[in-house]
Amino acid sequence: MRILTYIRQVLDAEESVHIANDAVALENSKLVMDTMDEYGVEEALRLRESGIEAEIVAVAVGSARIQDALRTALAMGADRAIHVETDTRLDAIALSKVLAQLATQEQATLIFSGGQQADWDSHALAAATAERLNWPQVTWTSALELKGTTLTGKHDADEGSESFTLELPAVVTTQQGLNEPRYPTLPNIMKSKKKELRKESLDEFDVTPKLKFVSAEIQVKNRLNKILDGKDAPAAAAQLVDLLRNEARVIA
Amino acid sequence: MILIVVEYANGKVSKSTWEMITAARESGREAPLTALVLGSNISAIAAEVARAVDQVLVADLPALAQYDPELWSAAVAQIAAEGEANLVLIGGSRSGREYSPRVAIKLDAPLLEDVITLKSSAETNTAQRYTFLARVTETIESTTPIAVVTIKPGVFNPATPKAEAAEQFDVDLNLPTPRLKVTGKTAERSSRISLSEAEIVVSGGRGVGSAEGFTQYVEALADQLGAAVGATRAIVDAGWRPYSEQVGQTGKTVQPKTYIAIGISGAVQHLSGMNKSKTIVAINRDPEAPIFKIADYGIIGDVTQLVPAILTELKK
Ligand SMILES: Cc1cc2nc3c(=O)[nH]c(=O)nc-3n(C[C@H](O)[C@H](O)[C@H](O)COP(=O)(O)OP(=O)(O)OC[C@H]3O[C@@H](n4cnc5c(N)ncnc54)[C@H](O)[C@@H]3O)c2cc1C
Repeated sequence: MRILTYIRQVLDAEESVHIANDAVALENSKLVMDTMDEYGVEEALRLRESGIEAEIVAVAVGSARIQDALRTALAMGADRAIHVETDTRLDAIALSKVLAQLATQEQATLIFSGGQQADWDSHALAAATAERLNWPQVTWTSALELKGTTLTGKHDADEGSESFTLELPAVVTTQQGLNEPRYPTLPNIMKSKKKELRKESLDEFDVTPKLKFVSAEIQVKNRLNKILDGKDAPAAAAQLVDLLRNEARVIA
Repeated sequence: MILIVVEYANGKVSKSTWEMITAARESGREAPLTALVLGSNISAIAAEVARAVDQVLVADLPALAQYDPELWSAAVAQIAAEGEANLVLIGGSRSGREYSPRVAIKLDAPLLEDVITLKSSAETNTAQRYTFLARVTETIESTTPIAVVTIKPGVFNPATPKAEAAEQFDVDLNLPTPRLKVTGKTAERSSRISLSEAEIVVSGGRGVGSAEGFTQYVEALADQLGAAVGATRAIVDAGWRPYSEQVGQTGKTVQPKTYIAIGISGAVQHLSGMNKSKTIVAINRDPEAPIFKIADYGIIGDVTQLVPAILTELKK
């Protein structure tokens, strides 16, 4: 079988956000593979290590820099990578069109994608891809097993979690708790340099976004910043409770 | 028409539904407000929501007894297409954000996801949403005749029901066979107020010292205030608390009136789940802890002394 793992590259969480020309400017910032997607790469590798014969293809759509994230996936153990290069920022619905076409071309039967993208703060990509392929989906997976063509596992629902079974083909979103992603070792990083990283042009996928990104602002809510010294605990506690009761009026 | 997909839980219309009704009314789009209720044995839900909209469509079918992303998206897309809806509003719950993309693709519509403001006319839909781990507010726009929108919970004021009730209509649906089979459920502890609906959230981090410390300080303060309990990933990973209580990027997003952070450092991934709370209170012994930068009130000091002192003060 063939597994696609979809990779995003996002701002490193430790980096500050900068805005230029009404959009988040990433040019001079450190970017990393979206952690949520790392769980997907790791899960694909684990399925293979559990004895399933699978080719693992890492896929990404984005600017030239995104190939660093694909190289990371290759160094973790993916077999090859496909990079659809574009500087256009696409929303999840538009992006899913590319991913679904790649899945069809590659005759994949399982797709992994992170549960939430850390840049667009979106959950939509996996479900949109599943819909385009007319495949079922399971999101926020926290445990997964594959026997033959049957997936079983656990995933989060609105309240609590559910166990499920599902027949392939399917789209699965991954998250914290599913596994601990491995770090690429030096020999694997060396080996990954020889692996195939195929480039494709976005033009071939006939994508017309229906959504425009108009502007971006860093939101700074002014906070009161009334910070008390707690050396005298009873006095500080009395003062805080008084502030919350009589100034902020947030407790009775 | 504006189509609102009703969210409900435990036999009651959820707060998120009343918030969607406000979002629709304030959007500026002139069209009848239609509520769609999907499920089985849902007449009470339909009657309740009828008091805040112009009409109610009810799909009361045994096949809809369980939420399923394929069934829900098929149902909503069918009704939206038949009713020529131009705005489809879905709750920004986990399930809403899961099936709404399928609806958007079936209707060949854009998806405006998890929005916090919405201005809609016959020509455009303009919305704001948080991005980059809730550090940025972005404005997005669609210029299509139809748009699917999920509404972020806890942002819009809930609509108040009126005395008179709108008419209800039963609808027929052509549903696919579900492919995802749910074989078991683990409910979250229901003894406490849910994190997403609570007015006050008391959260604990590694600074509470241990699982016992969490019970002694965080749960005790939450009980005293009638608050929900939250936790950082550090202590969920340590196994002190269940994952369902985690607040942050990989946990829940909360936006209560008051968020009290006890022994929490304030990592960006945690902040992204709570930084929109109206009032933030922090207790931490490190004056440099990032949580203080976004706090309205705080005490620099030790959890083990301060929380008992606060409890004593509250009981006075
Ligand atoms: C991809 C990814 C996703 C993540 N998602 C989340 C998420 O959803 N939610 C989340 O919370 N984290 C998340 N994290 C982890 C996050 O980066 C932090 O590691 C975590 O939030 C830290 O938790 P903490 O504040 O409890 O612990 P620490 O950072 O260890 O902070 C403990 C704090 O307690 C204070 N303290 C210690 N003892 C006392 C005392 N006796 N009295 C008073 N104060 C005391 C210390 O000064 C310190 O500030 C994520 C990380 C990654 C990489």
